[in-house]
Amino acid sequence: MKTTGRVNGIISNIVIVKVDGAVGQNEICYVHTGDTKMMAEVIKVIGDSAYVQVFDSTRGLKIGDRVEFEGHMLEVTLAPGLLSRNYDGLQNDLEKMDGLFIARGSMTDPIDFDAVWEFTPLAKAGDKVCAASWLGEVKEQWVAHKIMVPFTMTENYTVKSVAAAGKYKVTDTIAVVTDAEGRDHAITMVQKWPVKQAVRCYAEKPRPSRVMETGVRAIDTFNPMAEGGTGFIPGPFGAGKTVLQHAISKQADADVIIMVACGERANEVVEIFKEFPELVDPRTGHKLMERTIIICNTSNMPVAAREASVYTGMAIGEYYRSMGLKVLVMADSTSRWAQALREMSNRLEELPGQDAFPMDLSAIISNFYSRAGLVKLNNGETGSVTFLGTVSPAGGNLKEPVTESTKKAARCFYALSQGRADSKRYPAIDPLESYSKYLEYPEIAAYLDDHIEKEWVAAVYAGKTIVQRGKEANDQINILGDDGVPVEYHERFWKSELIDFVILQQDAFDDIDANCPIERQKMMYKLVLDICRKDFGFADFEECSQFFKGLINLCRQMNYTEWQSEKFNDYLKQIEQYVSAKTE
Amino acid sequence: MTTRAFQKIYTKIDNITKATVTLRAEGVGNDELATVGGKLAQVVKIMGQNVTLQVFAGTEGLATDSEVVFHGEPPKLRVSDNLAGRFFNAYGEPLEGGEIVEGEEREIGGPTVNPFKRIQPSELIATGIAGIDLNNTIVTGQKIPFFADPDQPYNAVMANVALRAKADKIILGGMGLTNDDFLYFKQVFENAGALDRIVSFVNTTENPPVERLLVPDMALTAAEYFAVDKGEKVLVLLTDMTLYADALAIVSNRMDQIPSKDSMPGSLYSDLAKIYEKAVQLPNGGSITIIAVTTLSGGDITHAIPDNTGYITEGQLFLRNDSDTGKVIVDPFRSLSRLKQLVIGKKTREDHPQVMNACVRLYADAANAKTKLENGFDLSDYDERSLRFAHDYSEKLLAIDVNIDITQMLDTAWTLFAKYFSKEEVAIKQELVAKYWKEA
Repeated sequence: MKTTGRVNGIISNIVIVKVDGAVGQNEICYVHTGDTKMMAEVIKVIGDSAYVQVFDSTRGLKIGDRVEFEGHMLEVTLAPGLLSRNYDGLQNDLEKMDGLFIARGSMTDPIDFDAVWEFTPLAKAGDKVCAASWLGEVKEQWVAHKIMVPFTMTENYTVKSVAAAGKYKVTDTIAVVTDAEGRDHAITMVQKWPVKQAVRCYAEKPRPSRVMETGVRAIDTFNPMAEGGTGFIPGPFGAGKTVLQHAISKQADADVIIMVACGERANEVVEIFKEFPELVDPRTGHKLMERTIIICNTSNMPVAAREASVYTGMAIGEYYRSMGLKVLVMADSTSRWAQALREMSNRLEELPGQDAFPMDLSAIISNFYSRAGLVKLNNGETGSVTFLGTVSPAGGNLKEPVTESTKKAARCFYALSQGRADSKRYPAIDPLESYSKYLEYPEIAAYLDDHIEKEWVAAVYAGKTIVQRGKEANDQINILGDDGVPVEYHERFWKSELIDFVILQQDAFDDIDANCPIERQKMMYKLVLDICRKDFGFADFEECSQFFKGLINLCRQMNYTEWQSEKFNDYLKQIEQYVSAKTE
Repeated sequence: MTTRAFQKIYTKIDNITKATVTLRAEGVGNDELATVGGKLAQVVKIMGQNVTLQVFAGTEGLATDSEVVFHGEPPKLRVSDNLAGRFFNAYGEPLEGGEIVEGEEREIGGPTVNPFKRIQPSELIATGIAGIDLNNTIVTGQKIPFFADPDQPYNAVMANVALRAKADKIILGGMGLTNDDFLYFKQVFENAGALDRIVSFVNTTENPPVERLLVPDMALTAAEYFAVDKGEKVLVLLTDMTLYADALAIVSNRMDQIPSKDSMPGSLYSDLAKIYEKAVQLPNGGSITIIAVTTLSGGDITHAIPDNTGYITEGQLFLRNDSDTGKVIVDPFRSLSRLKQLVIGKKTREDHPQVMNACVRLYADAANAKTKLENGFDLSDYDERSLRFAHDYSEKLLAIDVNIDITQMLDTAWTLFAKYFSKEEVAIKQELVAKYWKEA
């Protein structure tokens, strides 16, 4: 018997419902108005009044309208067929919706229930299994999609039977398992999971120990991201957050990418819709869209669904992680999510915290970031969810609550600076403000020693020091004038400019420069670092700046040429000659 | 708005604030319109039997026994081709008398276009202004504001852009427009013989501020009619969005909502996004492009209104008085068009992206040189040359009174490069230099 209720108050998208029975916090309900029903979530209960946030427009809703409660929280549907789809924040498939406009109360199936999948069993009768154990697999695009014991089945079971290899629909029973009391449970390829709860069906969550390559030099070389790590990109508008995120999503070394467009511009999502089905993943040769899921709640879509969208994305990420895959979840922007929380909190007339955000903002953010991570599954395999969020600080001020709360939760910090963006030094990742805590991890240092070169971390820090000293020298030059400082100051400054222009800056719109593989990054970085370690002894500052401008130009031309092509090697030779002419 | 037969008339208002009234009523829908003592109002909150209404024209003169009639529907606009050439107030009623426009009634502030059904914008809008076309190219379906100080000629620039932009329809949404500015727009459009392409919804400073809240939705409902139903290219001009946001703050304040940054309502981002996100490129070839004005106080872009706007719109344009040339220019540093990448070098000549970046970089060098000069340091030869380049760049390209096409702009830039710099200093891809460098 479902609990029902009647609308008794409306403030924008918060509706107060008088209920006739039990209701749960975060329970889902449907509000009926005319012929449409709109999904809503309980966010507060006082006596027999449930405060629900409606994931849609409440226009025309009246006192006394009927509400039905569903008895469960907001859930995602997890099954083969999620890849390449474009969902709204509540996992409705946008592609299946009719009409140009999204009609109120539009709901579409997240997957294709009629599709047939080629199933291969992995478990056999008699196997001991628990939640997230692999029972079989199907090929979804080129990913081996594991069919698992549903995450909600928390006990230990024995497999009674597994379906033979063959074609099945997602709703067909593919296995039967027996619990300790001897009850049988039929398992299909579909399961549901409440989005706001973390999936914890794994053996352990070790520290990240591998680097996730992104093809962006300012990240990979200077502040590497760990596989299973967390990072965030704060920056004022116009600093290039979205371009950077798109670049990472195209190039990142991951099996599955989930992009959550959370309260951002629709045209940016359209760009992904259009480009990803055509772009090819250089690692696998497959189309980018084949490994991508887009969750899209643009800024003009209902606010409450915006809050849900980041959780929907994370839950789907955790599902693919349980299959032993490398998942990258990106959210643009988490500030919009925090603002959605603020709007709700405001309408509930809660006492506000700083900048009118809810008091528990910090806790909510760190709780969310903690769902990322590298995990060791029960069968010994590993899977990971790497999370990268952007933050849009109000007025570009990094002292605001969302940035500060996120800084406590995330391990990598890629600060985009207005100054760099103004002088078109893209990506505008500030080399001095930004950091990656992973550089301090001995596991990561060991990984870099093995995969790039011995003592790589020391080389990275050496480069950072050159940039730091260059900035200090530049400050002095600005205060004392070109002639007021020793020539050596100019040399120091120009060496930092060399690193900046050749390594840190990258043209995201150039076919070749946009994606720089780690091998090429290593070569370029060593080349530049070697030059920086040389003593030139210029006669005056004019000679110094002339020399470095020429050098920077050559190195940049090299960045634009194909890796190890004739032209590339030609530039390399030119650079060597150019430098040795000055040092000899 | 006429009263219909058999409608219940309420005559007991419980609470009156400066912008809202509260009364007991039944069967009222959220967002629906009502007439309170002859003034138009909209339902903003319902608590059991208590209905709170926001009175657009302000509550001055309303009494506890004023008549309240609910209309049973949200605000609507009658749309048809006859909208063209007409001037309306915030309620969609014709100004200066005139016939009421016949047509289909449409709810304003309607649903969202499914992002999956959108088309990627790819058609360039040429304005003849290099600060826009060369550095910050605008495309159809884009939304972009001018961030301007109140004393800058933003309305004049906007009118110019609108007329040169070759749109099928231009829709003006004026909020808190001074009567002088309103008449200016009218005159400019009239002189250009463009009146039949223009629809205006205007709230002037003479009208109550809360009425402004209806203007963008009215303008965009009309825009959607022309773009969606007729497949036309529509340009929507919204001036001034700061005054719109101020009206939002007034209402939220009267409703005892907790203000967030700069006394603005916590929902400011969503409120503004609902308007700006109506900009769209449609599969039928129709499009809505929004050019807005957000006035700044003291050039402060960290204030909540420009800040939230910047995060929603696809770039922003800054006007600046350039003291070197005495002209108003579009600031190349702070201005940005996010969608330019979709057209530059593709719909325009291949050297466009690199020329644009090189110009801005060299202009930045000039700015550094200027700082040096001001601090009393000697200038190097390069500094001197970059300063001279900056002067020419500002005068021949950035100034808003320049009106040339994009290829001419690119040629002008190459001429300036060769005049003041060596090929290495310009640092553009070798192939392009070989092709376009103009030997001085």
